[in-house]
Amino acid sequence: MRRSRNTVLSVISAGVFLAILYMLNMNRAGNGMLISIMQKSAIFALVAVSMNLLNGFTGLFSLGQAGFMSIGAYTTAILLIPVQSLDGVYYMNGINPGIRALKVFLSALPPWFQSVYPFMALIVGALFAAVIASIVGVAVLRLKSDYLAIATLGLSEIIRALFSSPQLDGITNGSYGLNKIPAFPKMFGGLVPPIITPFIVSAVCITLIVLLIRSSYGRAFMAIREDEIAAEAMGISLFKHKSMSFIISSFFSALAGGMLAMYMRSIEAKTFSITLTYDILLIVVIGGIGSVTGSVLGAFLVTASKEWWLRFFDQPLELFGWDVPLFRTGFRMVIFSILLMVVVLIYRRGLMGTNEFSWDRIFGRFKWKRRKVQGGGS
Amino acid sequence: MSITTILQHSLTGISLGGAYGLIAIGYTLVYGILRLINFAHGDIFMMAGYFMIFSLASFPWPIAIGITLLITVLMGIAIERVAYKPLRSSPRMSIMISAIGVSYLLQNLATYLFTAIPRGYPEIPLLKRIFRVGELSASLVTLLTPVLTIVLVALLMILVNKTKTGMAMRAASKDFETAKLMGININRVITVTFAIGSLLAGIGSILYFTDRMSVTPFSGTLPGLKCFVAAVFGGIGNIPGAVIGGFFIGIVETLLVALGYSTFSDAFTFVLLIVMLLVKPTGLFGEKTMEKV
Repeated sequence: MRRSRNTVLSVISAGVFLAILYMLNMNRAGNGMLISIMQKSAIFALVAVSMNLLNGFTGLFSLGQAGFMSIGAYTTAILLIPVQSLDGVYYMNGINPGIRALKVFLSALPPWFQSVYPFMALIVGALFAAVIASIVGVAVLRLKSDYLAIATLGLSEIIRALFSSPQLDGITNGSYGLNKIPAFPKMFGGLVPPIITPFIVSAVCITLIVLLIRSSYGRAFMAIREDEIAAEAMGISLFKHKSMSFIISSFFSALAGGMLAMYMRSIEAKTFSITLTYDILLIVVIGGIGSVTGSVLGAFLVTASKEWWLRFFDQPLELFGWDVPLFRTGFRMVIFSILLMVVVLIYRRGLMGTNEFSWDRIFGRFKWKRRKVQGGGS
Repeated sequence: MSITTILQHSLTGISLGGAYGLIAIGYTLVYGILRLINFAHGDIFMMAGYFMIFSLASFPWPIAIGITLLITVLMGIAIERVAYKPLRSSPRMSIMISAIGVSYLLQNLATYLFTAIPRGYPEIPLLKRIFRVGELSASLVTLLTPVLTIVLVALLMILVNKTKTGMAMRAASKDFETAKLMGININRVITVTFAIGSLLAGIGSILYFTDRMSVTPFSGTLPGLKCFVAAVFGGIGNIPGAVIGGFFIGIVETLLVALGYSTFSDAFTFVLLIVMLLVKPTGLFGEKTMEKV
């Protein structure tokens, strides 16, 4: 009874969200900013959840997200840049002939292939990152807590240095970066318009991660988080589960990176610096380490307030003829970092702590309030 | 490459390495006691650069250096008090996130206060005086850096090994809880540690930026991470090890740039870190520790 009620409520709210998206799609002209912010939030939600899988659920403090995102972004971008724009993009150094030949071959394939090609590009990028994660993981995952953090941070810097190096000019276009990346494709032959695609992809991926967390593997991850030695004593293979979590997290980070490339339309190695990892960490911490819904909520709140609600902090403000002194470029980020520090120091659980969003809890809160009111009356 | 060019680059590398060594000491001291990578240390170093720019604008240089070092030390202590002390008994992940938060805050604060445009670092004429030996030429700061580094390390070693404060620091890094039970004022020890670390970062900052001419809000990130690698390389918790690590990274990095692999000079540091952690996780001079259940 309660279960079915919750399912119905979830389906309804998902439907409402989709309906809003379709409405926004109808009125694209007036809502450009809202749509773009929501798309960015959806992409960041996926990265945050995948980071949470590693940091919050498996207890491996990894700071390599930006590196894996860049792998996904570059692979997707290289696969998707249209053949006729190649010379314009690689105008400085020319493109590697092998890649050009591959792209010419792929562009000659029939239309059904072209319609799934962007998604295949996303998955290829993600798989590429997963392969690299599985190789690197063998070495890196032997390290403990803060050593792991600094090693993964270093790894993401190594990847960035490789991508911007002149030796890879023919593939990554070195420090010039890639542009003319096609925007989001439509799905199911136009049933899902291009604007909504990132939401669908993110939702599917996050669902997959949630299913993983709820499986026996997920419980093994959490056991490792709580106590590595005890988990090992219970027969959980540390290496197997740690590398599994690391590879899957990298896979989805890279997939989100690929979507970020489609979202931004042009990428360069600088985009994927340490700051990007810190931005995602901020979302995870504010949302609650160890809560999927917290990360999703955090992604939307943080992105919206950063790009939209708190914008006014960056503009000079005049109140009743008095110039408010602090408001100028950069103030928004200061407020943001102070907010992060407050969450870390005082409100340590973040938005959700380790809890998940649930209808029961919301109803429970209402009931509790009502009872309290009644109790006060009598 | 001729012998002169190699020598010239080595000189630059040794000088860079000296500055790295000074910063690395801050990491190694803090990690030795708190088991915390102080991600904010690189940004303290960057802020010291800005403090120097502003104090030198209104004071003669000896006073300006004094003011810069004083403010840097106070900032280091304040950061410890506000951001690390409340989390002393929480899991290591939270205190590390707090350190990252401080680093994020300092970068954004610097961007806000001083804008992201690189600011020219003022020249102290005395430090910039050029010396020539044969075909080699070097400014005073290049020659001074390694000497000053070694002198400071010697002083620090005397402090750690011969004084009562040093004994307390050693006790705290050996076993935090027992040191507390033995009546050591752990908060005072940590404050002293942060003060020394920040002081050395301030000195390192003056030496480093005098050679590099400009400061941006992000110019502390990479040197900071590299110096942590230097500390790991030398064996974390080991002061001479950190300095040797600093010299090593500084020299190799300069040589890589000289050979034309400048994009890989940053990546090299991290490759070194990963290889080092896999081959000899305790570093060159570190002690082996066992994890207790």
